[in-house]
Amino acid sequence: MRTLDWTPVCPLDRLDPDRGVAALVDGVQVALFRTGGELYAVDNLDPVGGAQVMSRGIVGSRGGLPTLASPLHKQVYDLTTGRCLDLPGVALRRHEVRCRDGLVEVRLRQEE
Amino acid sequence: MSRLVVVGNGMVGQRFVEAVRARDREGRWRVTVLAEERRPAYDRVRLSAFFDGVSAEELNLHTPDDGVELRLGEPALAVDRARRVVRTAAGEHAYDALVLATGSSAFVPPVDGTDLPGVFVYRTLDDLAAIRAHAAGRRTGAVIGGGLLGLEAANALRLLGLATSVVEFAPRLMPAQVDEAGGAMLRRYVEDLGVTTYLGVATSALRPGPDGTVGALELSDGRTVGADLVVVAAGIRPRDELARAAGLPLGPRGGVLVDAGCRTADERIWAVGECAAVEGTCHGLVAPGYATAEVVADRLLGGAATFPGADTATKLKLLGVDVASFGDAHGGTPGCLDVTFTDPATRAYAKLVLSDDARTLLGGVLVGDASAYPTLRASVGGPLPAPPLALLAPAGGAGAGAGALPAAAQVCSCNAVTRADLDAAIAGGATDVPALKACTRAGTSCGSCVPMLKQLLDAAGVAQSRALCEHFDTGRQELFDIVRVRGIRTFSQLIAEHGRGRGCDICKPVVASILASLGTGHVLDGEQASLQDTNDHFLANLQRDGSYSVVPRIPGGEITPEKLIVIGEVARDFRLYTKITGGQRIDLFGARVEQLPQIWRRLVDAGFESGHAYGKALRTVKSCVGATWCRYGVQDSVGLAVALELRYRGLRAPHKLKSAVSGCARECAEARSKDFGVIATESGWNLYVGGNGGFRPRHADLFATDLSTAELVTLIDRFLMFYVRTADRLQRTAAWIEAMDGGLDHLRSVLVDDSLGLCADLDAAMARHVAGYSDEWRDVLEDPERLRRFTSFVNAPDVPDPSITFAVERGQPVPARDAPPGAGGRRGPVALGLPEVRR
Repeated sequence: MRTLDWTPVCPLDRLDPDRGVAALVDGVQVALFRTGGELYAVDNLDPVGGAQVMSRGIVGSRGGLPTLASPLHKQVYDLTTGRCLDLPGVALRRHEVRCRDGLVEVRLRQEE
Repeated sequence: MSRLVVVGNGMVGQRFVEAVRARDREGRWRVTVLAEERRPAYDRVRLSAFFDGVSAEELNLHTPDDGVELRLGEPALAVDRARRVVRTAAGEHAYDALVLATGSSAFVPPVDGTDLPGVFVYRTLDDLAAIRAHAAGRRTGAVIGGGLLGLEAANALRLLGLATSVVEFAPRLMPAQVDEAGGAMLRRYVEDLGVTTYLGVATSALRPGPDGTVGALELSDGRTVGADLVVVAAGIRPRDELARAAGLPLGPRGGVLVDAGCRTADERIWAVGECAAVEGTCHGLVAPGYATAEVVADRLLGGAATFPGADTATKLKLLGVDVASFGDAHGGTPGCLDVTFTDPATRAYAKLVLSDDARTLLGGVLVGDASAYPTLRASVGGPLPAPPLALLAPAGGAGAGAGALPAAAQVCSCNAVTRADLDAAIAGGATDVPALKACTRAGTSCGSCVPMLKQLLDAAGVAQSRALCEHFDTGRQELFDIVRVRGIRTFSQLIAEHGRGRGCDICKPVVASILASLGTGHVLDGEQASLQDTNDHFLANLQRDGSYSVVPRIPGGEITPEKLIVIGEVARDFRLYTKITGGQRIDLFGARVEQLPQIWRRLVDAGFESGHAYGKALRTVKSCVGATWCRYGVQDSVGLAVALELRYRGLRAPHKLKSAVSGCARECAEARSKDFGVIATESGWNLYVGGNGGFRPRHADLFATDLSTAELVTLIDRFLMFYVRTADRLQRTAAWIEAMDGGLDHLRSVLVDDSLGLCADLDAAMARHVAGYSDEWRDVLEDPERLRRFTSFVNAPDVPDPSITFAVERGQPVPARDAPPGAGGRRGPVALGLPEVRR
């Protein structure tokens, strides 16, 4: 796996709790979320619908896991693993995300 | 393949054909149906609904079947048993088995004048159409016969505006069903409605009026009753003439004599329904008729079914009064005991007939309040489900629901479905009433057992979970009440106090909608923004490629040339695909999130506002052009549609709401396919509710007639607010009304008669909505904090989403992705420049 550098994306307070934003990191569209005090970054690409929309999904929980629902057809994904909880074998690619000095930074994960 | 000829296509004939076809998996029978009427089978039990505006199509029971040849308007004339053929005017039909389903005809007493114009029977849709036509412009009507059908006919005449009398030979109304005390209570109800009753007298002659049509009835006691229209409903006679002419034995009181297997003396000929005298007795109700149909279908396919005996139980609403009788209603069983209850205050009368040891329910009569009927009827022959007084008290039986019934008790008598059948279906995975209806047919005929289906689901622990999702144990209605009554204003507070977890894509939009319905500020403010589905979050409709569509409101579908030009210019400048919608407005497709505020700036400046196409909210009020232009219009339908759309715009609801206004009965605006539809009449407006198109199209039901505009608006106000408060998540108005205990009648009592005392509250809530409305898009454009959300990338707001690209099709942009392989020549991506934004 090739790791890239950390890219600062936005101030932390630009992320509303439970509401995503899209960011462009090294040409890749990333969906960023802040929920339950944690930050999550996944591909913005909906693996089922094929559109760049995941940042616009509804954040929630299922059985204690933080989740994200696709805004196209409502498949629910586990934000901690990227695994789709409704469709076996489907997953969202996850990226690394952290907060440094009030800035949210993302590092892409390439192929897994 | 053997030939099966069925004579008659009434309810039982149709049911018989369906039963044969369902069982005949090997295709043993080729079926020919000979029908006298030109219309295929329809629901005669609901015949009177024709006068409530229900169309002949809605009463239709016939579904086309390639395996059945239906010959309409071709009555059987004779049966040649030796040659095994049925003769009609068109020729002969050979049979291996012949089933007579000829039904019955009205009995017309042999008195002078029954052949006068203006004298009708009450059997077919054609009869009803003729009655309606003759009633126009006439003032008085009379019904000969005070039984079940006679009272239905009397109500019809009353609805047609005639001063109505009923003449009954017996000393009480509905003599076959109710006892003397029940009849007396019933008479008080009927006379309060303005219907005059003449009991214990016969009609001796009908006399013509000056115009040669019927004018009066002469009674056996010498009195004369004026009547410009007469309906004869004095009983029915089986149509046994074919069998008689063919030399088949008849019952002692007529009817084609058949054995318990419904077979006549000729082993190839059977009879079902009202024309059959099963072991000598004819049955005039649909449930025993269906039973004979099932018996013969079974026998024709090798079975040995026998007629199970008739359940003569009846429950109906006559002239707004509930009347029910079941089992041994007249107490004919030796040694039986009566328990009666009469309440002059509520005008309830009830009687239970018990066995001599007072332990077994034999039958009963209910007048005024028949809510205990389903439970009681199903308990006939078994132990009492509760002490008699508890059962008979108004709203009785509450402590003894269907859960107390034994397995063999018949819950749906129309379709002979027992509790055991229903329990088996529930065990097999039916988890709600529609599923139970689908797999058992229970509740699909008269519907009176539907409340019991719910109770059985409860009793089975299926418990009709009201839980919205894993985060809330309550349903939408309860959540609405909690939020409203406790004044909760945030999702966090609601889930902390009444739920668990962090919410999800089910409960968050529901709560967002509830908060919006209660008028708690802009949908994008504070925490509410995180609850919204993407459509509500961007106030636009997400499309498959991640772009959005924009729909400005065009109230009533009326638009000036100037505004049309603005829409055209905006579409051109932003390169949007443009399409006219079914709701008479214009949808602009292909906008990226960051373009939405720019597009709306132009639209708002030109006087447009949000069309809420993205919300579970009022969409459009469609209209036809109405009296202003149309040669046929009788009211200003466009004016009303615009007023209604402006009144209810922005109202968030459990699901989308659609409406339409037609300027005359030709109904060009298709109002009956809407949640609330309005059709103009000469004297005002008719209101229809509960229609929809979509996956399960449904026509709206007539709710109120000839309303003034003010009356109409009040009723719609209440209808919408009651729906907003009490419907389930994503439940359209049609499903909401269907699921309501008491259905449309209950809805009418709540909204018109204020039976729940809610109307003032509903009126005030709508007044608050109307006063509090403001355009969501204008509010976004005026607030930098809200505008901030319309960004392509948080770290690159100037870069448009590169994944949204377009091809050109028929001169317009369409998404370039998903181009079908090999279609490249037709659909190449084209570069579209950034729009020129003119201010």
